[in-house]
Amino acid sequence: MLLASRSFCCLGIRTYQLQTDLFSRSIKLSASATMAFRHKNARRIEGLESNMWVEFTKMAADPSIVNLGQGFPDISPPNYVKEELAKASADDRLNQYTRGFGHPSLVKVLSQVYGRVCGRKVDPLTDILVTVGAYGSLFSTIQALIEEGDEVIIIEPFYDCYEPMVKMAGAKPVFIPLRYKNNGNSASSADWVLDPAELADKFNSKTKAIILNTPHNPIGKVFTREELQVIADLCIKHDTLCISDEVYEWLVYKGNQHIKIATLPGMWERTITIGSAGKTYSVTGWKLGWSIGPQNLIKHLQVVHQNMLYTCSTPLQEALAQAFWIDYKRMDDPDCYFYSLSRELESKRDRMARLLQDAGLKPVVPDGGYFMIVDVSTLNVDLSDVDAKQAYDYKFVKWMITSKKLSAIPVSAFCGSETKRQFEKYIRFCFIKKDSTLDAAEVILKNWNKQTA
Amino acid sequence: MLKTTCLLIPKLPLGLPGFEAALSYSKVGGENVVNISLDTSENSINMKGRKSLKLFCLSLQAKMSRPVQSRRLEGVDKNIWVEFVKLAATYSTVNLGQGFPDFPPPDFLKEALVTALSGENHMLHQYTRAFGHPPLVKILAQLFEKLLGQELDPMTNVMVTVGAYQALFCCFQAFVDEGDEVIIIEPFFDCYEQMVTMAGGTPVFVPLRPKAPENGKMMSSADWKLDSAELASKFNERTKAIVLNSPNNPLGKVFSRGELELIADLCVKHDVLCISDEVYEWLVYDGKEHIRIASLPGMWDRTVIIGSAGKTFSATGWKVGWTVGPNRLLQHIRTVHQNSVYHCATAAQEAVAQGFQRELMLYGKPDSYFVQLPKELQKKRDWLVQSLDAAGMKPIIPEGTYFLLADISNFKSDVPDVPNSDEPYDSRFAKWMVKNKGLAAIPLSAFYCGAHKNNYSHFIRFCFAKEEATLKAANDILQKWKQEKTSS
Repeated sequence: MLLASRSFCCLGIRTYQLQTDLFSRSIKLSASATMAFRHKNARRIEGLESNMWVEFTKMAADPSIVNLGQGFPDISPPNYVKEELAKASADDRLNQYTRGFGHPSLVKVLSQVYGRVCGRKVDPLTDILVTVGAYGSLFSTIQALIEEGDEVIIIEPFYDCYEPMVKMAGAKPVFIPLRYKNNGNSASSADWVLDPAELADKFNSKTKAIILNTPHNPIGKVFTREELQVIADLCIKHDTLCISDEVYEWLVYKGNQHIKIATLPGMWERTITIGSAGKTYSVTGWKLGWSIGPQNLIKHLQVVHQNMLYTCSTPLQEALAQAFWIDYKRMDDPDCYFYSLSRELESKRDRMARLLQDAGLKPVVPDGGYFMIVDVSTLNVDLSDVDAKQAYDYKFVKWMITSKKLSAIPVSAFCGSETKRQFEKYIRFCFIKKDSTLDAAEVILKNWNKQTA
Repeated sequence: MLKTTCLLIPKLPLGLPGFEAALSYSKVGGENVVNISLDTSENSINMKGRKSLKLFCLSLQAKMSRPVQSRRLEGVDKNIWVEFVKLAATYSTVNLGQGFPDFPPPDFLKEALVTALSGENHMLHQYTRAFGHPPLVKILAQLFEKLLGQELDPMTNVMVTVGAYQALFCCFQAFVDEGDEVIIIEPFFDCYEQMVTMAGGTPVFVPLRPKAPENGKMMSSADWKLDSAELASKFNERTKAIVLNSPNNPLGKVFSRGELELIADLCVKHDVLCISDEVYEWLVYDGKEHIRIASLPGMWDRTVIIGSAGKTFSATGWKVGWTVGPNRLLQHIRTVHQNSVYHCATAAQEAVAQGFQRELMLYGKPDSYFVQLPKELQKKRDWLVQSLDAAGMKPIIPEGTYFLLADISNFKSDVPDVPNSDEPYDSRFAKWMVKNKGLAAIPLSAFYCGAHKNNYSHFIRFCFAKEEATLKAANDILQKWKQEKTSS
């Protein structure tokens, strides 16, 4: 009876499992009245259970560890942002459901800010969806527009959720690595580029979308207009969508400009641009993000959203809206948080780079974002006796956490299986940290050389 | 991108392979359309046939172009709330439609949020543990240990979600595959059908059927029951899960122990998962008991319990919910969660944890919000029941939740029947009522599947979690309306 019902599935492995389940179940039945649920998880999540963040955040949770791993600030959000949430929490009218696709005052201000940035009219009701973090926007976009039979191009290294989300939608991720153009060591995120011919080769009739992340996590690359044009040309030629993860859009350093691919000719109609309150206002715990794009695409994201969580938190959206109004009004002023935060972070970036250089390392100085990757192979830490199957950077970070009390994230975690070996000598540091945290990191890095000498 | 639509002529056979098909291409408003006409001889397309036709269309369409959106969105794009919420916002003076309180959450909860945010610890603005803020999962585990009479591990038996809505989504995504059937009891909270469909499953409906009450008595939600033979007939080897909602929205039914045992026996017999939506668990009246199906023999291992801070603490806008269940099931729900939203907002979780601390300390005592809220709501229920009865609408007294249904048959003359209308009568009635009387309610047909929308065409649902002033204003509208009818 059980076997017959699964006839449409691939038979080999599944029938074997069903047979063993049936066998063990009959034993259980005779042993007790309680029967364990025999059904497996749905196919869509097969193989997606592991998540490296779970492991690394647990390891770094020990307060004695200087945590430069997971990407969140330990600096305070600006006072006015905290005040707006305090105000919203005290307002009785904000404790119940708001509009599903986005709180009216929030989508209104987002349409103003992004209308200005994109140089076009953005309709607050049809061109915007508010989601639970940029993470939720990525999920809604992929669920709405990607399915079995599709291919999605992912640039490596990549924010790790792209791959499982594409797989969960039943599609095939197609990877293309950033490669450094100078032979030997690279000193800047700008040294890491896509090979245009290699990129063109990845596009075919099955390519539904490419996921772009600029400024880029983990390298910190800010794609130039020319680089974006190469991608745009291919999108237009192959009629491909572009999912543009721009959560670090305000964090670009001197000499660089964040350009929205959606503003390039022919791109608005095929691009979903994703943003994040957490990264914009240093409030990752608010978990609010948004997708912006043409109505004919956003409407499908809205369908996913209404079938997934329906509406996001009211007080948080209201507080965010008020914070955005404050900064929208001063977008011509250098004190606007969108610019002042990147100035604050630039000095932290420079300090982090110096610390690593003083320790004998060659960091890749990022043009944007708040991460920095560094090649640790020059430290010559021998971990060959540890689990050979694990990538070197995983082993290194675990060793560094336990023996140096400093945490980072292995960059191979951001790579597809074939590219992992290429990046396994790199680890990622997060530098949106208060001075005392960076001071503590400095102490560890200074002493590192002393201990190994 | 060019869009194509594959037109399927329904109820045709599909022998595999090599059915006779005539293809034609045409442009429809700029979109390329593929027309396929097939030979008729039988009456049904089976699952295999449907799937193979889809694949056939796909391989055809891949050469040309396809709709931009994924197929999983087919049939789930409509949403009655979008329409009715808009109508209420535009026309209503008294909104008893969408289910949320118009009174504030209790002071202790609001204070908890304000305190959390004003403290020195600004890290409440940053990510917390993805599967649930530690203080919240710990207190939920403690509470449910008490309620279920069994040991719970906060890290593996509890997961926090963005409202109960997202908890439901995670359950269906975690367990429902194409070909799986999920039993849904009608009337049902409308998202169940949508979510099962989006997960590729087949919803199978079984209705609660009303029995006429004893002479002279008003109908109660307890008078609506499942037919046990009918329910049993819905279970088969394809049945993956049954969704239970007790207390039930929109009817207000609180399933009795006997009724739950009936469902439990079938779940155990057919080895089926139970998704138990218990968001209204504290809102039970007349001394009735909310029984948790997970506490019945054989059920813990196969049940996922879903709860809501929004309903528990009258704070629907906070969007904090949870799942409780065995690790064997929650592990898959965690997988969906970590690949969809990953973290939930921190501050609200901290405040809800504080709220639960208080409630656990006061459990069973008169000061407990879990005691006071149902007491208050019962009064409001009785008030609205009286009000509707006096006006000539026939209410069904709910045993739980903050909803009740009312039979509007006596008011049918105001909204004439339109034969051949696609829209169910109660939906047209509710729209007319909000536009002309300013009173918003939700038609019962919204809580039935497409095929059954006309089964009960003269009920509308009222939400009574409203301030006294709101309920009085509703009464004024109803009385005036009644007077207009009797004087005309």
